[in-house]
Amino acid sequence: MFERRKAEGKPALVAYLTAGDPSPAATAGLVAALERGGADLIELGVPFSDPVADGPVIQRGADRALKAGMTLSRVLDVAKEVRKNSQIPMLLFSYLNPMLRYGFAKLAKDAKAAGIDGVLMTDASVEEAQTYVDAMRAEGLDTVFLAAPTSTERRLELVAKYSSGFVYLVSRTGVTGEQESLSDPIGPLVASMRKYTQLPLAVGFGISKHEQFKSVGSMADGVVVGSALVRVVEQHGASPNLEAELEAFTRRLVDGGA
Amino acid sequence: MTNLPDARGHFGPYGGRFVPEVLMAPLEELEAAYAEARVDPAFQAELADLLENYAGRPTPLYFAKRLSESLGGARIYLKREDLLHTGAHKINNCIGQALLAIRMGKRRIIAETGAGQHGVATASVCALFGLDCTVYMGEEDMRRQRLNVFRMRMLGAKVVGVTNGSRTLKDAISEAMRDWVTNVSTTHYLLGSALGAHPYPMMVRDFHQCIGKEARQQILAKEGRLPDTLIACVGGGSNAIGLFHAFLGDSGVRMIGAEAGGRSLKLGEHAARFDGGIPGVLQGTFSYLLQDDDGQIALTHSVSAGLDYASVGPEHAYLHDQKRVLYTSVSDADALAAAQRLSRTEGIIPALESSHAVAEAIKRAPSAKGEIFIVNLSGRGDKDTDIYRENLKELDASE
Repeated sequence: MFERRKAEGKPALVAYLTAGDPSPAATAGLVAALERGGADLIELGVPFSDPVADGPVIQRGADRALKAGMTLSRVLDVAKEVRKNSQIPMLLFSYLNPMLRYGFAKLAKDAKAAGIDGVLMTDASVEEAQTYVDAMRAEGLDTVFLAAPTSTERRLELVAKYSSGFVYLVSRTGVTGEQESLSDPIGPLVASMRKYTQLPLAVGFGISKHEQFKSVGSMADGVVVGSALVRVVEQHGASPNLEAELEAFTRRLVDGGA
Repeated sequence: MTNLPDARGHFGPYGGRFVPEVLMAPLEELEAAYAEARVDPAFQAELADLLENYAGRPTPLYFAKRLSESLGGARIYLKREDLLHTGAHKINNCIGQALLAIRMGKRRIIAETGAGQHGVATASVCALFGLDCTVYMGEEDMRRQRLNVFRMRMLGAKVVGVTNGSRTLKDAISEAMRDWVTNVSTTHYLLGSALGAHPYPMMVRDFHQCIGKEARQQILAKEGRLPDTLIACVGGGSNAIGLFHAFLGDSGVRMIGAEAGGRSLKLGEHAARFDGGIPGVLQGTFSYLLQDDDGQIALTHSVSAGLDYASVGPEHAYLHDQKRVLYTSVSDADALAAAQRLSRTEGIIPALESSHAVAEAIKRAPSAKGEIFIVNLSGRGDKDTDIYRENLKELDASE
């Protein structure tokens, strides 16, 4: 998927959605809208009550999803629903505790059966991840880890070692959320990470506009957009045009134009 | 049992380091700085000097004669952490971590607070050292601990109200973690309990170990023997681990941690992690955790803001499983009654948190004739005046 876009001279769009926002029933349709708009990979966010790594937009998305009754097992139902009509790669994106409660082995099995391709855990370091990685890999699921601007060379090497599928580079210190301008240079982190892995590198945190998508995309294989999409869901959540709005926003992100 | 955690911050299966990658290198840096400071005589000398001359250590071990006599059983001693500067044991850890922050070149301090005691202690040491100070506090806690909010502001700290979730300690910690993730290069997160990612549970415990070390010497001097029972309240568990740690090797000393039993032991109405909690990960550490079947963190309740938290320090989880410490819960009502009883028998108004430990002592003392109890009176009750007034209305009637 990253390779195909690369051949086209474009970065892949990795699109994050909080599953269950605004309702569990809406999510499969929103994933389809993202795909029509040009998304190449979907991160299905599992809502969590205490999302320490997230800024206000995704916090609110998680709140709405939990109030609407979303759970990890229902996220897997959504994935199944998506798989009926689409082969788009899907990554389960979750804080650790809901996965721990579900049980790693059972989760790996159920996620695989639901058509999930990989898993990303936001709040566990590679040092604590061995049993998780073993369980996911046993079912053939990729394990994506994050690297950050604060990561030391030793840590980048560890992240490379435990990651499969791709590596997610966090473009700045901070929580998730859109930024007017991307102040921190991403080049050095991409170059450092490249020393340790041949996996595709996707860059995220703060990206919400086509220009940012293009400039970040020129340095990496993929660009992750999350809060900006969740904001569209928030703004149009009650509207019958929600899917059309999300699709249009995604298309503008990838292709530019009004 | 006394040489834990291991190199990766584990107490048996508990503890560890469960944070976003951004925080991993800063935690490694903190761990290294603390390891150096811990064995640096100059650091330890400065810490000891401030604990004595600024905070007021050692604190007395006071024999509560009238309370003991009124119960007709155990001889109850109170470890008077309530007499420390700023009104609670929290200052021990704040001085230690502030010295460490300065050593690391970090001039901006952030902290969370529940009851406000840790916030006040943090604001005080920041004033003392000229450090920039921001304290996150749940809005529900700001309402019930108004006096401490004012004290923090008077000390020059910025108090930021947190409106997420249950608007209590857990939400304040999440917001402090978000600040730290964002400003990690300039900022030290002065975490106030024996919680969070390694090295915090170890470091906070170490800074409070003076409580138990003093108490052990004091009881030997006064009674010529070790106590039978230690009792402390457990929110995150810093005052309890501070008292217990020096006695862990004394197999004859029983230890009891009193959690918040709240209104009832139904999920959502209490904060008794060992009475319905299941091990899980919250805010950096693996420990007993009040959660629902889907792994979402449960809401908690306690009349005492400082005990109102869904998880508990990982060393307590370990000591629980080892059966070295017995954890029990005390209801809101029993804690309030204990506060009034201690006030009337000893002329000491305890903090609501500490009242949970006093209540447990009151319950156990009558059947423990000949025994010696040490209760950690971790804080004083001035900050709780509003809550006592709400709950003891008969004392507040106008003429």
